[in-house]
Amino acid sequence: MSFPLLTVTAALPAVGAVATAAVPAARRTAAKWLALAVSLATLVLSGVVLARFDPGGARYQLTESHAWISDFGVRYELGVDGIGAALMALTALLVPFVIGAGWHDADQVEERENSRWRPTQGFFALILAVEAMVLVSFAATDVFLFYIFFEAMLIPMYFLIGGFGDRAHAAGEEEGAKQRSYAAVKFLLYNLAGGLVMLAAVIGLFVVSADSLGEGTFSLPELLKARASGDLTISTTTERLLFLGFFAAFAIKAPLWPLHTWLPNAMGEATAPVAVLITAVVDKVGTFAMLRFCLGLFPNASEWATPVVLGLALVSVLYGALLAVGQRDMKRLIAYASISHFGFIILGVFAMTSQGQGGATLYMVFHGISTAALMLVAGFLISRRGSRLIADYGGVQKVAPVLAGTFLVGGLATLSLPGLAPFVSEFLVLVGTFSRYPVAGIVATAGIVLAALYVLVLYQRTMTGPVRKPEIEKMPDLKVRELAVVAPLVALLLFLGVFPKPLTEIVNPAVEHTLSDVQKKDPEPQHPVADHTDPSAWFDYKPAGHGGGDHE
Amino acid sequence: MIGLLVGVPLLGAAVLLCGGRRLDRGGHWLGTLLSAASFAIGAALFLSMLGKDAEDRAMHSKLFSWVPVEGFQADVAFQLDQLSMTFVLLITGVGTLIHIYSVGYMEHDPGRRRFFGYLNLFLAAMLLLVLADNFLLLYVGWEGVGLASYLLIGFWQHKPSAATAAKKAFLVNRVGDAGLAVAIFLMFTTFGSFAFAPVLSSTGEAGEGTLTAIGLMLLLAACGKSAQVPLQSWLGDAMEGPTPVSALIHAATMVTAGVYLITRSGAIFNGAPDAQLVVVVVGGVTLLFGAIVGCAKDDIKKALAGSTMSQIGYMILAAGLGPIGYAFAIMHLVTHGFFKAGLFLGAGSVMHGMNDEVDMRRYGGLRTHMPVTFVTFGLGYLAIIGFPGLSGFFSKDQIIEAAFGKGGTEGWILGAVTLLGAALTAYYMTRVMLMTFFGEKRWQPDAEGREPHPHESPKIMTIPMIVLAFGSVFAGGLFKAGDTFVDWLEPVTAFEHGHSPVSATAVTASTIVSLVLGVGVAWFQYGRKPVPAVAPRGSLLTRAARRDLLQDDFNHVVLVSGGTHLTRSLVYVDNKVVDGAVNGTAAGFGGLSGRLRRLQNGFARSYAVSMFGGAAVLIAATLLMRAV
Amino acid sequence: MSPINYVYLAALLFTIGAAGVLIRRNAIVVFMCIELMLNAANLTLVAFSRMHGNLDGQIMAFFVMVVAAAEVVVGLAIIVMLYRARHSASVDDASLMKL
Repeated sequence: MSFPLLTVTAALPAVGAVATAAVPAARRTAAKWLALAVSLATLVLSGVVLARFDPGGARYQLTESHAWISDFGVRYELGVDGIGAALMALTALLVPFVIGAGWHDADQVEERENSRWRPTQGFFALILAVEAMVLVSFAATDVFLFYIFFEAMLIPMYFLIGGFGDRAHAAGEEEGAKQRSYAAVKFLLYNLAGGLVMLAAVIGLFVVSADSLGEGTFSLPELLKARASGDLTISTTTERLLFLGFFAAFAIKAPLWPLHTWLPNAMGEATAPVAVLITAVVDKVGTFAMLRFCLGLFPNASEWATPVVLGLALVSVLYGALLAVGQRDMKRLIAYASISHFGFIILGVFAMTSQGQGGATLYMVFHGISTAALMLVAGFLISRRGSRLIADYGGVQKVAPVLAGTFLVGGLATLSLPGLAPFVSEFLVLVGTFSRYPVAGIVATAGIVLAALYVLVLYQRTMTGPVRKPEIEKMPDLKVRELAVVAPLVALLLFLGVFPKPLTEIVNPAVEHTLSDVQKKDPEPQHPVADHTDPSAWFDYKPAGHGGGDHE
Repeated sequence: MIGLLVGVPLLGAAVLLCGGRRLDRGGHWLGTLLSAASFAIGAALFLSMLGKDAEDRAMHSKLFSWVPVEGFQADVAFQLDQLSMTFVLLITGVGTLIHIYSVGYMEHDPGRRRFFGYLNLFLAAMLLLVLADNFLLLYVGWEGVGLASYLLIGFWQHKPSAATAAKKAFLVNRVGDAGLAVAIFLMFTTFGSFAFAPVLSSTGEAGEGTLTAIGLMLLLAACGKSAQVPLQSWLGDAMEGPTPVSALIHAATMVTAGVYLITRSGAIFNGAPDAQLVVVVVGGVTLLFGAIVGCAKDDIKKALAGSTMSQIGYMILAAGLGPIGYAFAIMHLVTHGFFKAGLFLGAGSVMHGMNDEVDMRRYGGLRTHMPVTFVTFGLGYLAIIGFPGLSGFFSKDQIIEAAFGKGGTEGWILGAVTLLGAALTAYYMTRVMLMTFFGEKRWQPDAEGREPHPHESPKIMTIPMIVLAFGSVFAGGLFKAGDTFVDWLEPVTAFEHGHSPVSATAVTASTIVSLVLGVGVAWFQYGRKPVPAVAPRGSLLTRAARRDLLQDDFNHVVLVSGGTHLTRSLVYVDNKVVDGAVNGTAAGFGGLSGRLRRLQNGFARSYAVSMFGGAAVLIAATLLMRAV
Repeated sequence: MSPINYVYLAALLFTIGAAGVLIRRNAIVVFMCIELMLNAANLTLVAFSRMHGNLDGQIMAFFVMVVAAAEVVVGLAIIVMLYRARHSASVDDASLMKL
């Protein structure tokens, strides 16, 4: 029995959450540091997971398996492939930044309510609880285990949105509280509805596997093996229904148009760090699960649904971007931008090419980092001025150049400027989509123009122009804590934009496995040039009209 | 070594932008020094390249594998051949001169360190663009220069007009960039690669339709970056940036990237005559478009911007001619780099002495007050209008000849267009010259009431102007003598002689005639009689040209207000329809439960009735099922 | 005597109990009627146990008796408390549990 690394990685923040919650009311600062320390330790552990993961090895590694509810074939099974490992690392990476950026988020609640329920401890404990649940979701290879944590993370998220919302509300405190609770309930109801449909499909899957295999199972590796060997056969209609059940839950979580309307509310009303937690971490479980469960378990139904899904993804890309242009609230703007980006991710997943799916996986990671950078800086900005409305700003660049600079870098990452990480993933998604569905690829390319539009409009309206308002004149630049939160994110965006190789190496084999699940091969180029692995061998070409265009 | 070319200015940008205020005092010299270092490396590479045979001059170096994904190989690898070398020298050479000039020009600007950081960033991105060995890395440089251009146009961010111009430039360029992206997708699906060497050497295997599609997409990219019709509208507004930026980015280097792209992908265009035709048409239209706009503008920088557009039109047209034109396009690009940079620096010098006034109607008679500026600007002027013996004469004459050499009706039309362009160039440049340096003084105090006291600029600004003036005078002759330039580029771009129906002498003669004509008309209008300080209403064409031939109005009506309405209505739809459906469902359930709760009346006995009733129904149903 | 007659008797008792629950308002009477129905069910269980020669029914009857005893304890306590609070043992008076 080897060391249960994945369990420990996921359990650490859970234990940390309990410990943080137990810190006495008077020692608020200690709770903050404890939460930060736990999240950093989790980051170290997830780094160990990445290091121990062997890209050339088995599909699922670091596996653990214990019987749990044996009557229903439910097992406690963990294991990561490259995609899961990368996303676990993303989660563990972002949570310390979320905690660092949200250092004072609970203080207001503390002062105002003056209650005995220790809001600070609660806030940080809830964040760690979400982290633990997300980590288990990324590592679970048992469908039922995944489902439980997929649903359970709604509970802490609900309290984070509803209990610790953004106080910078234009319509005043009372209206703000109303909006906040509306957003939290909407978030919960949407996701519960999706989860309910998924629960039916999970049970359906068990029944189907029990029919075919004699004994029902929820274990993903076993189900995949049975599918591949032909032991597990699912009738076409059943497969489609099960696929839809799973997909609906993931499409709400992701979120895909037209199931997206909870996201702008939730991200707008939550504090910036919690908004990052929603879009950069929790929502990734949705797209991740599409890749792992929808495609893996229901390949034929996935292919059947592809045209519709691609269509919805394209609508998401353009619709999200256009709506982002039309927003007046900067957090809602970022939320709609995220919807557009999730469209890209889903496009890549369902393009069924190695570039598309590899790009989609990288996109999940890079979008997490870039949105975190942009959103957290936006949060710092909002906390200074106390307003989320874009029109309340202008000329910030002059008074707070570092803040403006990091905001611009975050924005440029959001519009996928080459040299920053999201470019790599977006380009891969587009290439992968184009090689199988050229029209979809071209339509999605229009999204990059719109991305430039909403980012630059946001930057222009907030940062440039003359300083007109006295609140802005006195605005301080980034503090050390804030800079410590943003600088590593910016550095990561730059580094991964130039050298994404470590990540692609981990992701590639997993993508190949997924593609073989759906029995798809990349489309061949029409006129492939011979081996192009070594461009220097190609270098002796001569231009046409100068001794012929033969190549060697 | 090649990597250092890019790395040195990149380091400068990183240090200057992250270094903070402690670098405010010496940062500009650091930036200049690193730019000069990059030039020195380029020169060293150039010398070592000269030492080799023409065939073996190209160098290649792979740094690392960038995005390795199954079936998709993108490397960070550089290719330095004669074409890239030409650009490297132009970029770092002119770039260094403009760095030096900016030390003086930006002396009193509080953001000087940031300015030099951006300039170094631009150099790095531009060098990456011309040194990349594959289209994806080129794309990185392509957007990188777009970013630098965005930052520099909007350098004076407190001016809303500058911020808007910067945004516009980036957005219009993004449209072009999307074209480049699609071109790369097409290459990838066609050839399975997008590195120069494999793609360009296998174009013969692909169908003409594919090549045409790739070519048109590349052209779209070139249109965006090089401000060609229909994506030209950003260049005039880009003059909001500091003048050294206009000289370096929006005249000498970045805007010519489109010409580089088309020349570099020559093999693709050679296999797609239809795409070439479109290139030529775009070049020809822009040539006239820019010239007409240039004739009407009173803002000295905008007049020069129109001229830039028009001159790049020449280059694009030449590049569209295929192997008979590539070398001349690049040659004109280099000479244009010298004289247009010189002209912009001269304009900057004039503005420097005139309290940043840009309206030429408020200049006049400056030649005695700023003699060095006058002489260098004058030499640039003579070069651009193609005065015999100066740089512009040689490079432009070659393009006109090549245009005739296209043969057939096409050749005649193109030849006529280029000749007309030459006449217009002579006209608007003479106009600029006369309005600025000749005639009586029309100076007026600026908005804050300061009287202008025109004075010559400091040496640190005039020396770069003098160096560029030397280039404007001699570069063309040097390139032309013994076809040095054409031979130098021949291994990369190939070269063919056109079949001109008109003899070379006749072309030269008609060029000179159109030149004299243009100068003459301009002198008749602006030299003979005093220039009114307030612009006359002018003809319909003049008024349209002042508004950039209504391009912006078109954009505004169709794209801006159309887009605004679209987004507004979508926001409405999202709130009312998409979200409304969800909230409606919720409200429906709420109403339903409101009805249902009336059943809960609190009387235990009525619950008991429903229980017994339910049980009875169940039993009855069971019995019924059994009976059936 | 055939055991089926016990089932008829149980049905009669159950009906009386059910009618009592529905018609009477006094909580004590309703309560006793419920006991009547429970015992009717017990009688059926025992009768069926006898008819099928299986002891399961008798065991179940004991369970029901235990539960009924527990229910009497709780139920009577509630009724007494209710009477103390409202001075009435009518079930219709206790109708506050509604939305």
